[in-house]
Amino acid sequence: MNSKMNALSNASARHLRSGERRESRWTKYKKSKYLFLMLIPLFVYYAIFEYGPLYGIQIAFKDYMIRDGIWNSPWVGVKHFDYMFNASPDFYKILKNTVIISFYHIIFGFPAPILLALIFNELRVELFKRVSQIISYLPHFLSWVVLGGLLITILSPTTGAVNAVLGWLGIEPIYFLGDPNYFRFTLILSSIWKEIGWGTIIYLAAMTGIDPHLYEAAKMDGAGRWKQTTHITLPSIMSVIAILFIFKTGQILNAGFDQIFNLYNPAVYSVADILDTYVYRVGLMQLQYSFTTAVGLFKNVIAFSLVLFTNYMVKKLGQEGIL
Amino acid sequence: MKAFSRMTFGEAAFQVIAVVTVTLLCISTLYPFIHVLSVSLSSPAEAIRPGIHLYPKAFTMAAYEQAVKLQGIWVGFGNTIYRTLVGTFLSVFVMSLGAYALSKKHLPHRSFITMAVIVTMFFSGGLIPTFLLIKEIGLYDTRWALIIPGLFNTFYMLIMRNFFMSIPSELEESVKIDGANDLRILFQLVLPLSKPILATISLWIAVYHWNEWFNGLIYIQDQSKIVLQIYLRRLIVENSDADVQLLMQQAAGDSIPIVPETIKAAVLMIGTIPLLLVFPFIQKHFVKGIMLGSLKG
Repeated sequence: MNSKMNALSNASARHLRSGERRESRWTKYKKSKYLFLMLIPLFVYYAIFEYGPLYGIQIAFKDYMIRDGIWNSPWVGVKHFDYMFNASPDFYKILKNTVIISFYHIIFGFPAPILLALIFNELRVELFKRVSQIISYLPHFLSWVVLGGLLITILSPTTGAVNAVLGWLGIEPIYFLGDPNYFRFTLILSSIWKEIGWGTIIYLAAMTGIDPHLYEAAKMDGAGRWKQTTHITLPSIMSVIAILFIFKTGQILNAGFDQIFNLYNPAVYSVADILDTYVYRVGLMQLQYSFTTAVGLFKNVIAFSLVLFTNYMVKKLGQEGIL
Repeated sequence: MKAFSRMTFGEAAFQVIAVVTVTLLCISTLYPFIHVLSVSLSSPAEAIRPGIHLYPKAFTMAAYEQAVKLQGIWVGFGNTIYRTLVGTFLSVFVMSLGAYALSKKHLPHRSFITMAVIVTMFFSGGLIPTFLLIKEIGLYDTRWALIIPGLFNTFYMLIMRNFFMSIPSELEESVKIDGANDLRILFQLVLPLSKPILATISLWIAVYHWNEWFNGLIYIQDQSKIVLQIYLRRLIVENSDADVQLLMQQAAGDSIPIVPETIKAAVLMIGTIPLLLVFPFIQKHFVKGIMLGSLKG
């Protein structure tokens, strides 16, 4: 509010001096000539690689032919959208998979680092706490290619360690990565495994900001660790949780391409194929450029609206948004 | 008194639960690495035996001796190191130029440019239009396709800009009086003062380049330009590398004790060890970065 007022009064002040405006603007540009020089790579990059692809979106409304290129391919209106919503045998399946997998990520993956942060916060032996935190960060630093390789080894139904342990318990070997009944479970669990430690950082940072006197006072009143956690720690980090949760729901159409792409196989496409993997396979592999551009456009428009919406929600909560 | 002793019992129980949970988590995190390392150093008979592998049984380095003969590993390492070094340097260079310009309040159209940069974080043209663009402008199947499309990271650049803005302007004014232009101020004053943030952001970008595989998958055809992650993927995830088959045949002829399992484990380890070695030293810079990022956003 304040800055808006300032801007207004600045604008009117400038208006009064409009006679000298042209000259002062020119001197302003001249004064900034080195800054503009520095901005050249930025202008070129953002124009070509961030805004440039928007030009290619038109092929969602065309029948893209490689020999004709983007501009000369013939317009076909909403043919590909019509096919997508009304005729495609896959679209609703992959949309459903995307939302379900994201939903599981939110339900199970989102609370996991909060719980772990609360547990870390309880640890009293500093060295143990620090070492275990560092160990828990480790998988975050590795790509899903490497982690996929590790998981394929560990989860193998014939030689994997997990099935060996299950065997001791009398459980038949489970093909975690090849059985549609288990694939999503494996996805969610392995994703928690990768990011749980890393996810605690932001909550632990919020916890260090809690006034120690609150705990002292609670102890005086006879509150145990559990009461302190539910009455002081959790409420104190609630605003951080709320913001991260809102942003997370804004990402509902990103079900984790990197992970799924390195773990899935045709046996589990029915439960694992998401918008992004579908666009890659059908688009780049089967060369259905126009149709999958339409699918991608659908995804990006929804995702962008969700970002605007979640940003609005965060601002409504009285927090600083991202836009 | 009774209440007091009950509380300490509660606390003790809490501690035990917390320590046990965290220990289990750490074991589950470390075990896969120990497993693959043990398999890679075991004899074939031991390696393919189902069960827990905590240490090498019938120790042999044969898998490593054979794995290093795979051309793809070294081609992959070479290209990954190349893109990591060149990509990180170029990114930090152009991003610090941009971040510095955007940190100056007197830059004309500053808020418009900043907004135009920020909104790109929230939309994209999508996979196919981006792919066609890379083809159209001639980057396809060149090493530049691994470096240029990710040259700027908007989020990192904003963090840099915020850091530059926190440098007291009196410092710059005093050099300006001596006749220094913005370029000299950036390189001789601002960047030396910003070493911590530059180190952190360089590490982020370097780890990104080390781990990045998707651009390597869709933009690179030429086998002499593939990156390490792509070779690992082909060998372990896709299970489709002709060199490994060849290696197995030769090994069978010479009765060298290897099986595909031990070779794959060895390659996985060779590809992961560089990061595992630097991880303890770089993780704190990453943690610091999260804090910087969470200040705004």
